[in-house]
Amino acid sequence: MAADTGSYIKHHLTNAKMCMSDGGVAFNKACADAGFWTVHVDTLAWSIVLGLIFLLTFRSVAKKATTGVPGKMQCAVEMVVEFVDKSVKETFHGKNALIAPLSLTIFVWVLLMNAMDWVPVDWIPTIAGLIGQHAFGMDPHDVYIKSVPTTDMNMTFALSLGVFFLIIYYSIKVKGLGGFAKELTLQPFNHPAFIPVNFILESVTLIARPVSLALRLFGNLYAGELIFILIATIGLFQLPVHFLWAAFHLLVIPLQAFIFMMLTIVYLSLAHEDH
Amino acid sequence: MNINATLIGESIAFIVFVIFCMKFVWPPIMAAIEDRQKTIADGLAASDRAAKDLELAQAKAAEQLKEAKAQAAEIIEAAKKREAQMIDEAAEKAQAEREKIIASGHAEIESERNRATEELRQQVSALAVAGAEKILERSIDAAAHSDILDKLVAEL
Repeated sequence: MAADTGSYIKHHLTNAKMCMSDGGVAFNKACADAGFWTVHVDTLAWSIVLGLIFLLTFRSVAKKATTGVPGKMQCAVEMVVEFVDKSVKETFHGKNALIAPLSLTIFVWVLLMNAMDWVPVDWIPTIAGLIGQHAFGMDPHDVYIKSVPTTDMNMTFALSLGVFFLIIYYSIKVKGLGGFAKELTLQPFNHPAFIPVNFILESVTLIARPVSLALRLFGNLYAGELIFILIATIGLFQLPVHFLWAAFHLLVIPLQAFIFMMLTIVYLSLAHEDH
Repeated sequence: MNINATLIGESIAFIVFVIFCMKFVWPPIMAAIEDRQKTIADGLAASDRAAKDLELAQAKAAEQLKEAKAQAAEIIEAAKKREAQMIDEAAEKAQAEREKIIASGHAEIESERNRATEELRQQVSALAVAGAEKILERSIDAAAHSDILDKLVAEL
């Protein structure tokens, strides 16, 4: 039982891997030695599908958007858009055509990816296992699929590094290269002798932003998913416990999406501010 | 740590999604929202204006009503005055008519009486002459004594 539980948990926490191996593509265990050039196909597929669901839904509403009496779908989309727009306007006081759509993308996409956490942990792996077994003749224990993309650090770091590069881009664009260098070296102690100390402090502050963004989202969702998996191993009693934990995620899932969006706005508005 | 090429794939997906959102999703939705906000603001302003207009119209109507009432009162007053005046005039006219009728009656009576008196006088004088003739049993020259008779008649 203990070994079973261990392998069960490990199976659920392993991504489906794909890599190149001499001339062809290899999957999962064959990719153990592929190093960096491995791709988590499940993370990629789920995140892109969810991203497309978000964009196509919003795009279809945008195309049909009427300025008169809106339909229910348009109302819902407009509520989300206005919520994001309000959050951006409250924090960021400049003119920037990118920040608001960026925030909307982050918020809705992360929300959808987090929401995959609500899908009972066995459903998707079981279906995938059955498909793998019957369509491809694989051992179902060799079919891995993790359906919550935000429990993959690659996903959260991709988001936070995107934000990080925007922070640097806007810092240099608004303050100039000199201004950005000054910000990194003449704070918090405005004295030439402190330049190295300042630089270390400010660099850590700067780099801590994407790292904390990515790890916060990853940690929350990974922990949530792990607890779901643990709950799934305790037998019949899992049903009420699962329900409680899923209800708790009503809070966690939107909150983490909101925090990611809000901190993105805050970091980008700090990048626009001249000290 | 399990960082691998997925990071690159997800970064590309992220960039593409953000650009798509920025170009094709955000602007039309925002435009629709802002347009509707403007429409609603215009509508509210229009309704405000209409309320103000209504208030003005009501005030105007009340004023006109008051004016009309005053005018009506004035007209009634004038009519009453005219009525009284007409009654007075009629009374005056009637009075004058009455007086005229009375005066003409008086005049007629007077002339009738004068005529009667005259006639009476004539007859009396004739009677007196006849009587005197009979008393005297003789012919008296009427002409010779007519002055005495005339004096008699005038004394009647």
